Amino acid sequence: MAHAAHADHADHEHHGPPKGFIQRWVMTTNHKDIGTLYMVFAGLMFFIGGAMALVIRAELFQPGLQFVDPQFFNSMTTAHALMMVFGAVMPAWVGVANWMIPLQIGAPDMALPRMNNFSFWILPFAFLLLISTLFVPGGSPAGGWTLYPPLTLQGGDALPMAIFAVHMMGISSIMGAINVIVTLMNMRAPGVTLLRMPLFCWTWLITAYLLILVMPVLAGAVTMLLTDHFFGTTFFSAAGGGDPVLYQHIFWFFGHPEVYILILPAFGVVSEIIPTFSRKPLFGYESMVYATASIGFLSFIVWAHHMFTVGMPLAGQLFFMLTTMMIAVPTGVKVFNWSATMWKGSISFEPPMLFAICFLFLFTIGGFSGLMLAITPADFQYHDTYFVVAHFHYVLVPGAIFAIMAGVYYWLPKWTGHMYNMTLAKWHFWMSTIFVNVLFFPQHFLGLAGMPRRIPDYSTQFAEWNMVSSIGAFGFGVSQLMFPIAIWQCVKGGARAADKVWEGAHGLEWELPSPAPYHTWESPPSMAQIEHGAPAH
Amino acid sequence: MSTHTAAHDAGKYYVPHSSHWPIVGSIGLAILMWGAVALLNEWGPGWVMLPGGLIIAYLFVGWFRTIIGENQAGMYNLDVDKSFRMGMIWFIASEVLFFAVFFGALFYTRELSIPWLSGEGVKIFNKLLIWQNYDAAWPTNGPGVIGGKADGTFETIPAFGLPAINTAILLTSGVTITIAHHALRAGNRAILNIFLAATWILGYIFVYLQATEYHHAYTELGLKLSTGIYGATFFMLTGFHGLHVTIGAIMLTVIWARTMKGHFTAQRHFGFEAVAWYWHFVDVVWLILFVFVYWI
Amino acid sequence: MLRKSAFLGAVTAALAVLAAPAHAAWSGLNMPVGVTTLSGEIHGLHMLILWVCVAIAIVVFGWMIYSLVKFRKSQGAVPDTQMLHSTKAEIIWTIIPVAILVAMAVPAASTLIKIEDDRGAQVTIKVTGYQWKWQYEYLDEGFSYFSTLARDSDAARQLDSGVDPKVVPNYLLNVDNALVVPVGRKVRLLLTSQDVIHAWWVPDLAVKKDAIPGVMNQLWFEIQPDKVGVYRGQCAELCGRDHGFMPIVVEAKSAEDYAAWVASKKPAPAAAPAAEAAAPAAAAVTTTPAANAG
Ligand code: HEA
Ligand code: HEA
Ligand code: CUA
Ligand SMILES: [Cu+2]
Repeated sequence: MAHAAHADHADHEHHGPPKGFIQRWVMTTNHKDIGTLYMVFAGLMFFIGGAMALVIRAELFQPGLQFVDPQFFNSMTTAHALMMVFGAVMPAWVGVANWMIPLQIGAPDMALPRMNNFSFWILPFAFLLLISTLFVPGGSPAGGWTLYPPLTLQGGDALPMAIFAVHMMGISSIMGAINVIVTLMNMRAPGVTLLRMPLFCWTWLITAYLLILVMPVLAGAVTMLLTDHFFGTTFFSAAGGGDPVLYQHIFWFFGHPEVYILILPAFGVVSEIIPTFSRKPLFGYESMVYATASIGFLSFIVWAHHMFTVGMPLAGQLFFMLTTMMIAVPTGVKVFNWSATMWKGSISFEPPMLFAICFLFLFTIGGFSGLMLAITPADFQYHDTYFVVAHFHYVLVPGAIFAIMAGVYYWLPKWTGHMYNMTLAKWHFWMSTIFVNVLFFPQHFLGLAGMPRRIPDYSTQFAEWNMVSSIGAFGFGVSQLMFPIAIWQCVKGGARAADKVWEGAHGLEWELPSPAPYHTWESPPSMAQIEHGAPAH
Repeated sequence: MSTHTAAHDAGKYYVPHSSHWPIVGSIGLAILMWGAVALLNEWGPGWVMLPGGLIIAYLFVGWFRTIIGENQAGMYNLDVDKSFRMGMIWFIASEVLFFAVFFGALFYTRELSIPWLSGEGVKIFNKLLIWQNYDAAWPTNGPGVIGGKADGTFETIPAFGLPAINTAILLTSGVTITIAHHALRAGNRAILNIFLAATWILGYIFVYLQATEYHHAYTELGLKLSTGIYGATFFMLTGFHGLHVTIGAIMLTVIWARTMKGHFTAQRHFGFEAVAWYWHFVDVVWLILFVFVYWI
Repeated sequence: MLRKSAFLGAVTAALAVLAAPAHAAWSGLNMPVGVTTLSGEIHGLHMLILWVCVAIAIVVFGWMIYSLVKFRKSQGAVPDTQMLHSTKAEIIWTIIPVAILVAMAVPAASTLIKIEDDRGAQVTIKVTGYQWKWQYEYLDEGFSYFSTLARDSDAARQLDSGVDPKVVPNYLLNVDNALVVPVGRKVRLLLTSQDVIHAWWVPDLAVKKDAIPGVMNQLWFEIQPDKVGVYRGQCAELCGRDHGFMPIVVEAKSAEDYAAWVASKKPAPAAAPAAEAAAPAAAAVTTTPAANAG
């Protein structure tokens, strides 16, 4: 195993960040600064994407069209999803990875620091390109985040803009993923063996492999859209021997692993937090690793469960139903191991733990509805209804987003050196938890009762639950304002955080001072530190 | 890996100080993409992609120059070297998947959607109600007879003409670069320089022959990008491959210039190896392509 | 510190909020049982997996809640730090889910096989999706017509129309010309599209299939003999601006009524422009109680 023993920093100021805004933030090579940039960007995108969701929910508050044109509504749906998935959740995870991976494995920085900064700075430009589509003739893409042809090909000037924006995001993600893999495989301090890595590192390692394998697939898919539109190819046109369904296969070959890209790091964070606040080592560490790997593997052979209604042959439907159902097994192993970790623990309820517990419950609910969707005959009824919308928001919002919040509340004192306002954080938690259910739970009913997704207006029988859901959305939105406030206060000041912020915490990051100095692990951790840091397993 | 002669402390992992290259790259990429948008949407003159392209070219030259300089100054230890290697391997892996998409499209249409369009099995209603006169075939420009010559027909390029010659060229270039690599390790610089030059010359010949093939296809065969699914898969696969050969050939030229300057040692020559790996990757893609696009 | 009781309190509060409008819409909470030979089976499958998931949830959440209550630090719980893993437990909680999944997969597969068995269709209708309407072609009978959003709905749904949707009968779920089918017969629909992908879905018939340009998909249903009535659905694949406004209405008639209707359509198919043919049909449609309303 290679080990990057010491760091040789070329910084003139050996201990602090470079002076000057541009020097520090635009030209940086420091994993902590880049992590911060990623997270600030993700937060911004979350609020913009969330504001778009509020446009959706405002229009759906009552039957009838009150605020927006149907075309604009579809644009909002499309942009909301693209910004949340590619702008908020993925960058947030890359940000946490940047901050934590080097700290957790005793590395001086990410393996390829300049490329690290490059992969971040592509993103603002990519999203600028995407958001600009709102202002071009023909309006922004309105074919859904899945960009299915032929509908998406009806787009006007916005089409190539969206496609190139996706290409840029892809380039950024691939570089980010390469960096994570190389860092984890090559930069671990001596003594930090693979099976000593914290689970956050493990889940990210597998996420990074998924990214490298599927982002090029998405790039290929949108490239074909581009050539079909501009250069006369017929990949997705039956007249020329192509098939519109081909696009869906390619998209979902990317898209399904993509949803695990969003959730695997969440599994990692939760696997750090639950042991800490249960004051007990993670139960079944190794089986957690294997379960993550199995989920990663299975995610490549289930994609067509998004396409049960396209007219696949029976054998295909059966295959994809069965493989999809199998994912419940490794995911179940995870859920059970987390439960077993809390069993006979000594549990306390600080904000990170609260979010993690909520994740446990609500992600599982989202998983159950996923399992229901996997049952093909039933999916004929569920498909493209609000039942699906409810499913994926349960795994994405109280799933991925809550795990990000849990992670931020967990490591924020390490990042800033201050404790945050616990009361505010708990308010944030309780308000979010209540409203997220008010927001998304009724959508199950709407879907089952027959409300299709991606519609700006609906029949009056759906009025009540839509109103409840919209109230939940605005409540949830307002609650989120507490999050940046809590973070900002913590950055500005607050009680000093101890080096080991949480009593039950384990891991190398807690062997460092709080705030973590600008350069850490310039000489690798000692064996004593590693052993002290590592939980027994 | 054996010991190295770098002047720097062998134990230190080099973490560079702030660099302007990433932001130059991001802005360059953004300008390039906006240029492409403007071109496709006919917002501006034909040269709108030029500025972005120039910045990206400047970026590559400048960034790699920085890295080469640091490397020559002995700032990279073996761990940095290893990071670069792993990075290159995973970059190539992502490229493999990019090609896999287009191969996937080829297999899907050939094996599934075209038989379906002509009414195979339960898809019989495609034939009865939509495409009555269509029978599955390959090559095909689809039941709608899209593109091709004036009468809708088109011809394909036989595998055992120019493509076979091109196969031989690429395979030979795979051999020459391996010889160059052995020469480098054996410290035989003359052989190294000659065989490296041979490799990139073969690369450019390949690209030239592909270009003549394209010209022939467009002007005489009625085989175009818009010639149904055959044209689409044919040109996208060979086109992206050709693009990669071109990039690879440029990279080969660069490392050739570096060997001429005396860069690379028998032990430490990541730049050389990275290009060699890339070249082999391009080679393998061609072989698959030759079999499935031209031959069967 | 907020305690478990507070958590439970909050959950109860959330449920209370959810339950508030329930009296108005209780019947709109679940998948309809439907009216075809297979819809009940699909509904049963749905209920089966739902209850299995609920049962698992009770066990798993029960376990978690028990731990969260019992092993609180504030109650002086002492952690058992030696509890690292247990191969036995891990095998158990791998095997049991596998068994449960198999138990679900078997009925699911058998239903799926029945759904895909399209032999012996007695009526065949070609359905073509357009942005944004449906065309129905009775292939055996040789006539066809278009089906678009009913005019009153269309007027009410305009931005700031000032019309309260609640006064429009079957708002957004009504059309000018419904698809008419016989009960007790195996009806096959052949689905395609002229422009983008649409999807034909009627919840009570438990069928949904994409209508894809250049491709002919198919589905079938057989409405139970006693289920004469009107069933409503919508396009279920995003198809552009008015995707939300291309509903589907199916009128299931008895064999005799169906035959009479076909006969009335047949002699002068060209002489039945939308206006004339639509008026009585639309009237009939709006006055029949919606089978899936509420
Ligand atoms: C983070 C994101 C995420 C995650 C983790 C998942 C997880 C799962 N998803 Fe989901 N899904 C999405 C995001 C996600 N999904 C999105 C975004 C879409 C819609 C995309 C679009 O169309 O726009 C979607 C759509 C979607 C569909 C298509 C629906 C349709 O369009 O018709 C299906 C169908 O099979 C599905 C299934 C599943 C399954 C089986 C899981 C499983 O991984 C869940 C496994 C977990 C559990 C089952 C719970 C825990 C397990 C136990 C406690 C063990 C015991 C349990 C049993 C034995 C049952 N998902
Ligand atoms: C990670 C991904 C993610 C996240 C976090 C969210 C978060 C939310 N989503 Fe969304 N969503 C998707 C991914 C995601 N979504 C996807 C993939 C689709 C499918 C798209 C498609 O069909 O193509 C979708 C579609 C989708 C729909 C269906 C649209 C349709 O079918 O027409 C709806 C409707 O309710 C919705 C709502 C919401 C809401 C209310 C939130 C909330 O959680 C958002 C909360 C955040 C805020 C509200 C912002 C914070 C606060 C402010 C901006 C301050 C101001 C606030 C006030 C004044 C109140 N989303
Ligand atoms: Cu037609 Cu949606
Ligand atoms: Cu999926």
